[in-house]
Amino acid sequence: MRASVMATIQRPKAAFFSFGSCEGCQLQVLSVEDVLLTLVSAVEIVNFREAIDDRRDDYDIAFVEGSVVRPEDIEELQQIRKRAKIVVAVGACACLGGVNAIRNRRSPTELAREVYGGRQDGVFKTLAEAAPLATVVTVDYEVRGCPIDRAEFLESVRSLLAGTTPVVPAFAVCVQCTMRDTECLVRRRIPCLGSVARAGCDAICPAYGAPCEGCRGFHDAPNFEALGEAFYRHGMPRSLAAEKLQLFNNFKDIREQWEQRLPSPSTT
Amino acid sequence: MGTTTSIAVHHVTRVEGHGNIVIDLRDGRLTRCDLEIVESPRFFEVLLKDRPYEEAPRITCRICGICSVGHATASIQAVEAALGVRPGPKTQRLRRLNMTGEWLQSHVLHVYFLVAPDAFGAPSVIPLAAKQPEIVVRALRLKKLANEVCYTVSGRHVMPISYQAGGMGYWPRAAELEALRGKLAAAREDVDATVDLFATLKWPAVERACECLAAFDEDGAYPMMGGPIRSSTGRTVPPPGYRDAMQEYLVEHSASKHVKGREGTVRVGALSRLNLAADRLHPRAAKAAARLGLAPGAANPFLNTPAQVVEIVQAHEEAMALVDALLADPAPEGRAPVTRSRGGKGVGICEVPRGTLVHEYNVGSDGRILSANCVIPTGQNLAAIEEDLRAFVPALVEKPKGEIAHFAEMLVRAYDPCISCSVHMVDVGFEGEG
Repeated sequence: MRASVMATIQRPKAAFFSFGSCEGCQLQVLSVEDVLLTLVSAVEIVNFREAIDDRRDDYDIAFVEGSVVRPEDIEELQQIRKRAKIVVAVGACACLGGVNAIRNRRSPTELAREVYGGRQDGVFKTLAEAAPLATVVTVDYEVRGCPIDRAEFLESVRSLLAGTTPVVPAFAVCVQCTMRDTECLVRRRIPCLGSVARAGCDAICPAYGAPCEGCRGFHDAPNFEALGEAFYRHGMPRSLAAEKLQLFNNFKDIREQWEQRLPSPSTT
Repeated sequence: MGTTTSIAVHHVTRVEGHGNIVIDLRDGRLTRCDLEIVESPRFFEVLLKDRPYEEAPRITCRICGICSVGHATASIQAVEAALGVRPGPKTQRLRRLNMTGEWLQSHVLHVYFLVAPDAFGAPSVIPLAAKQPEIVVRALRLKKLANEVCYTVSGRHVMPISYQAGGMGYWPRAAELEALRGKLAAAREDVDATVDLFATLKWPAVERACECLAAFDEDGAYPMMGGPIRSSTGRTVPPPGYRDAMQEYLVEHSASKHVKGREGTVRVGALSRLNLAADRLHPRAAKAAARLGLAPGAANPFLNTPAQVVEIVQAHEEAMALVDALLADPAPEGRAPVTRSRGGKGVGICEVPRGTLVHEYNVGSDGRILSANCVIPTGQNLAAIEEDLRAFVPALVEKPKGEIAHFAEMLVRAYDPCISCSVHMVDVGFEGEG
C-alpha cells in the first residue's frame, strides 16, 4: 500500500490545493481548533495559499479539494500528482464532482448561451463537464462529504502518518440515522437518499431537518430501484429519486450507476 | 525608450480564493492596475435553475464555505419573499444568532490569521504561533466559540443544514443554549484582549472617499439580517430595487462581475456598516470603536480590519443577548405558512461579514426556481479595490518593487475578499423570461 511509505518519513511535508470549490473543506481543516497546533507540528505545511505565504513544491502528501473545471486545472493537477507521494481527494467536489456537476446535465452551448452572454474565452473558459480528480490522476485516498467531517479528516491524517489505510464506512446513512434515533424522513414524504448514500457523516442532515442528498457518494451495494419504490410507496414520484441524485452524483461515470434504474425527471 | 516595470503577484495569499494583482509602471506612471480574478467559474445561478425552492439554501450555501450561513440566510429570505412567507420572531432570532456565529468566525479568521501575520512580520500564522503562542491560542479559542454558535443552531457552520421556508428544521434544546451561553460569557476576556491587541497596531495612512452601502435591519438593530439598502449619499432603496444601488458589469480580467453605485465605486463590509450605523452599536462595541480610533466617515480602506474587530465585540454581545432571549422562551416556533403558492419574484438581502449580499429568485408555480441572481459583496468591492490601488500606488513608485507588491497585497487583504463567492457567474437570461 502507498500508505506504508508515510510511516518511514519523520515529519512529512503536506500541501493543500484547491480547484473549483467553495474552499469550505479547507475551512473544516482549520476548524479542528483543539488539535490544529499539534497537527501542524506533526506535518510540515509547505503550501496552503489560503493561510500561509510560503509555497514550496517538495511535499509528500497533497490534499486536494475542488473539481477539475478549467483546461489548466488538468495540467496543474498532473504536476501535483508528479510531486506528491500521496494524493488525497478532499470533499465531494474532488471525490464526485459534487454540486459543480449539477451543470453537467446542460450542454456546453446551452451554458455558453446562458452564462456570460456566450463568452467562453480568457478567464471565462471552462471544461464541458466539471469532473472529480480521479478522472485526471490516480487518487490514493478520499475524504468524502460536503463538507468533509472534521473527525474523519483527522482520522485519515492519523492513519496516513501511521502508515495504515484510512477506513471509510461501507454502509448506508440510514444505519447512522437509526443509531441517532432520528425519525425516518421518507416516511414523512421528504425525499431522503439515506438508503443509497454512504455513511460516515453521523447522519447529521436528517437530524437537523434536511434530507440526505448523498454528498458522500454511494455505499457498497446501493439499490436505486428500491429507493424509487420507497419514494413511490410514500407518495412521491420515483423520478424524484433521480432528481435528488443529480445534486451531488451527477458526473457521468457516477450518473451511469443510477440513471438506467430510475425514471428520469421531467426537467432533464 | 521609456522603462516599464511590471509587478505581478500571482495568487495573492491569505485571501479566500484565487486572485492576481497586476501593476505596470511606465516612466514612473501607472499604466495598468488590475486585480485579476482567476477563480474557476461555478455557475450557481444555472445550478439553481429548475431546482425545487427547498434546495436553494442548501445549494447556495455551497457557493462559499466561509460565507455559507450568509448565503443560506439571503437564500431563505429570497424564497420567503417569493412565496409570501413571514417567519416568526423566534425564528428570526435563531437565524440572527447563527449570523453572529459566522461574523465571529469570519472576522476572527481574517484579523488574526490573515492580517495579523503582516502586523507582526510573520509570513503566516504558523511561525506566529511559535513567536507569540498566546495570540494564536486565543484566536483559536474564539474561532472555536464561533463554530459552536453555528453547530448549536444549524448543525454545522460550513453548509448549515436547518434553513427551511418559514422556520428552522431544528430547534436547539435549552441545555444546548445554556451550554453555549456559558461559553460565550467565558470568552469576554478574549474579546477584550482582541480589542487591546489591535489597538496597538498602525495602519498605512491613506484615504480615498467612496460611497458606502449597507442593508439596514428595519427594527433598529445593527445591520445584519438586512432590509433597505442605505447609502452614504443619503439615498435608501428597498430590497426589490437593489439594482438601483448596485449595478453589475463585466470586465475582461475578472471571472467575477464588478459593481458600481450611483457615483462610481462603492465599498461594503465592516467599515461601511460602521460608517453608516455607528449609532446602532452595542455600548461595548461603540467603546471599542473609539479605542480603535474609528469615527464615522472613515475613508481609509485599511481601517476595515479594526472595524471587523469592533464587529467581533458587537457579534459577541448580540450572541449573548440572543441566547438569553431564546432561553427565556425556549419552545420551538412552528413554520410560517406559504401564502403565495403560485410563486413569484423575491429578493433576500443580508449583511454578511464582507458586506451586502443579495439573492433574487423567481419561483414558478410548480415550486421550481425559474431564474436566480446573486450579488456578492466581494464583487461590489472589486472596483473600489482597483480604484484604491490607482489612487495609492503612484505615491510609491520610487519604492522597491517588493515593497509596492507588499502594499498592494495588504490593501487587497484589508477588504477580506472572498473570491469563491464572487465567481458565482452571472448574466443568466433564461428562455421564457423577460
